[in-house]
Amino acid sequence: MSELLFEGADWNFSTLQRIHDTCETIARGELGLDTYANQIEVITAEQMLDAYSSVGMPLFYKHWSFGKHFAFHEASYRKGLMGLAYEIVINSSPCISYLMEENTATMQTLVIAHAAFGHNHFFKNNYLFKQWTDADGILDYLEFARGYVVQCEERHGRVAVEHTLDAAHALMSHGVDRYPGKKKLDLREEEKRAGKRRLYEEAAFNDLWRTVPSGPTKTRAVLNVERRRVLLGLPQENLLYFLEKTAPRLAPWQRELIRIVRHIAQYFYPQGQTKVMNEGTATYVHYRIMNRLHQEGRLTDGNFLEFLQSHTNVVFQPEFDDPRFSGFNPYALGFAMMQDIERIVTEPTAEDREWFPDIAGSGDAMAVLRDVWANYRDESFVSQFLSPHLMRRLRLFHLHDDPAERAGIRVDAIHDERGYRRIRRELSRQYDVGYIDPNIEVIDVDLAGDRRLMLRHTVVKGAQLNETDAKRVLQHLADLWTYDVSLTEVDAATDKVLKEYVLNPRIQPAAA
Amino acid sequence: MHIIDRRLNPGGKSLENRQRFLRRAKALVQGAVKKTSQDRDIRDVLEGGEVSIPLDGMDEPRLRKEGGTRDMVLPGNKKFVEGDILPRSGEGSGRKSAPGQGDSEDAFRFVLTKEEFVNLFLDDLELPDLAKRKFAEAESEGLQRAGYATSGSPANISISRTVTRALARRVALRRPRPQEIAELEAELEEETDEGRRAELLAKIEALKAKAKRIPFIDPIDIRYRRFETVPKPIAQAVMFCLMDVSGSMSEHMKDLAKRFYMLLYVFLTRRYRHVEIVFIRHTDRAEEVDEQTFFYGPASGGTLVSSALQCMHDIVRSRFSPSDWNIYAAQASDGDNATSDSENVARILTSNILPVSQFFAYLEVGESGTYSFEMPDSALWSLYERLRAGGAPLSMRKVRDRSEIFPVFHDLFQRRKTQERAAS
Repeated sequence: MSELLFEGADWNFSTLQRIHDTCETIARGELGLDTYANQIEVITAEQMLDAYSSVGMPLFYKHWSFGKHFAFHEASYRKGLMGLAYEIVINSSPCISYLMEENTATMQTLVIAHAAFGHNHFFKNNYLFKQWTDADGILDYLEFARGYVVQCEERHGRVAVEHTLDAAHALMSHGVDRYPGKKKLDLREEEKRAGKRRLYEEAAFNDLWRTVPSGPTKTRAVLNVERRRVLLGLPQENLLYFLEKTAPRLAPWQRELIRIVRHIAQYFYPQGQTKVMNEGTATYVHYRIMNRLHQEGRLTDGNFLEFLQSHTNVVFQPEFDDPRFSGFNPYALGFAMMQDIERIVTEPTAEDREWFPDIAGSGDAMAVLRDVWANYRDESFVSQFLSPHLMRRLRLFHLHDDPAERAGIRVDAIHDERGYRRIRRELSRQYDVGYIDPNIEVIDVDLAGDRRLMLRHTVVKGAQLNETDAKRVLQHLADLWTYDVSLTEVDAATDKVLKEYVLNPRIQPAAA
Repeated sequence: MHIIDRRLNPGGKSLENRQRFLRRAKALVQGAVKKTSQDRDIRDVLEGGEVSIPLDGMDEPRLRKEGGTRDMVLPGNKKFVEGDILPRSGEGSGRKSAPGQGDSEDAFRFVLTKEEFVNLFLDDLELPDLAKRKFAEAESEGLQRAGYATSGSPANISISRTVTRALARRVALRRPRPQEIAELEAELEEETDEGRRAELLAKIEALKAKAKRIPFIDPIDIRYRRFETVPKPIAQAVMFCLMDVSGSMSEHMKDLAKRFYMLLYVFLTRRYRHVEIVFIRHTDRAEEVDEQTFFYGPASGGTLVSSALQCMHDIVRSRFSPSDWNIYAAQASDGDNATSDSENVARILTSNILPVSQFFAYLEVGESGTYSFEMPDSALWSLYERLRAGGAPLSMRKVRDRSEIFPVFHDLFQRRKTQERAAS
């Protein structure tokens, strides 16, 4: 038995240090986690509200919308409608975790285990974060962004900057690259490749090929269209990128502002795709660490009960007919799946062996989990690892709601042999960003005519855009593009045009 | 690992964003502030509080999908089997509209601080032209700190400055410390060797002489606080509340009057650093009373308005010199006055009161239930109307109902348009 980490609810900085060090030993030794260095910051409730309104980041450029969120959060916090989070953690290196000063010592332990080790490990190892975010650079970049916005306001006026940022924010959800871009061409490599290709052609030369008829020759018009599309990089689904690179009349500082918003959107892109996994990882890690601490006698039974109480609150999943139900709780689903994987790895049933031949009974739960945490996102995670056992436990069922169906909503699948795969497919689809976000692309620009920017929304399963919002966003887009913008909603299955929007830019300053 | 205590960092990081938001939503918030203030108590009105504004214009649009065929996976199946059809209105249809997304038509509620609230509330009001002119011209002398001087009155000696300088001088000149001498003296006591004693004695003497030569505080150390006189605009105002408390004034009428006075008070406190209030109540004779008595003290008798005006005039003469004070007066009455008194009222008002006042408002209060335009002109109203037609700078309004107070107040202090300008 080693000595207690703390007694009662009070803590001070040496307590925090002790907690951190103890958690670190468990996290590195027993769980094999690999984390960024930690930076723990103690903040007040007011500072927590500040952080809320700037999307959790410690510094951000100034914009009225953050003030609006602040006013909103403050109002609901004051009325007691909303509790504040115990912590906020930032994907940066060193990894910054904010802890609320009101937390008891037990809660600080929980939060350090959860954020400073669970989230931290996930940020550092998950492929999406590795691919899309630069943890070392983000704080410097935000610093730069804030300074740049201030500079622009001084030079070009607050109103002009605000207009640009408003427009960029409206398009933020369509300002991310969804696929890793083409690698930059390396000229020397290129030369080698061309040489190899020539050698191959010489080796494989056969005059017969010359006589094989090729496809119909392309007309000049078709060639022109193709050339234009290549030049503009069409089709393009990253609207902000497209504007930044090709909008004809933007000032350089406007392009830079758009770029800033785009980079920030990209930075947050992985977070939206890994809510279940991220929270599941952190919850699983804190659960393991807290249990170990208790077993080693470093937490009193009372403190452990306090932990269990808040842990249970966090992973509570109301059922669909519960008034508290508002979708899946990512903590609950994530934690349940992580535990389920542990079970499959250590004590598999025959069913598990059939469903998960790779991992069932392999024995080392942490190795499997670390691999899962590194290589999956919510959508692939659910479609790979949601087990029949868990589906039965959660009593999942699938509803299909077709507005055309008069009789009502059909129960399409339930947690039985026939339904497992369908439920799993549907649930994983609910987490697929490619499926949740409307699929909108720039398809063409009328360069020969009125320079109209043409967008296309591919409508899946009849879900069209909300009209008021779509008009407002397109108005912003037209203002940046400075010529007409059109958007057609086309049904994916039938290619039928469902709706068409055309918006003209509001009057631009004469200087442009 | 680092632990950083951020709690002491300066707060209000979001203040600027909040101000930007308020600036952007100004028109909307202002409307909301006025609307909220109508059905609130005056005391609460100026406490700030929650307002709600329509989200229109403040929204942040996003491209989002809605409608279509929906598929959802839900937890907690109890009795459904595959192929069941659930009626749409019933359970299981799921409340899928995510909160905070579909409510763009809803109002947006948030809390304003007292300061923000009052600012917005009084933003489009200003003091009448006359008052502003005087306000700008009238200046008085004031004193302002202006560093330190080597000469001055003993009352102005800056002790800290003087002592600091003395200390610096003593250190610079190496004045022996008393402790040093005391140590040597102690050594002398115990010393038996004669030669050493003489040496010590000489040393002590030298130190003592030096200490005498270098005084603890020298006249050159002394510094005086220096003051300069600067012209200062008059930053004080007195507000006279005159009210008829005769039997014909009901509680409701007094309540209306009170609301008006409080608004005026708040408004004045925003313009002047120091605002005094004088309560004068009158029946057929007037007296200066405290606030409690003014609003709630019992009184009965006839009505002589001139008595109150005379009383105010006397107080102005004895305590509030018009050259030092901005004088505001608001009179509330149900309009009754003895007919024989009209002459007196007109005389005192035009010759004594109006010339020294920045602003004189008359508020005629009535019972609620009827509209103010239905109120027949009372004796006092007709008299003031006549005076006004004759060029006297009077502002007058009729009020029947609580909800009219704010509009009337606004009306009185609105950025000047036409009609009142002629009068003032």
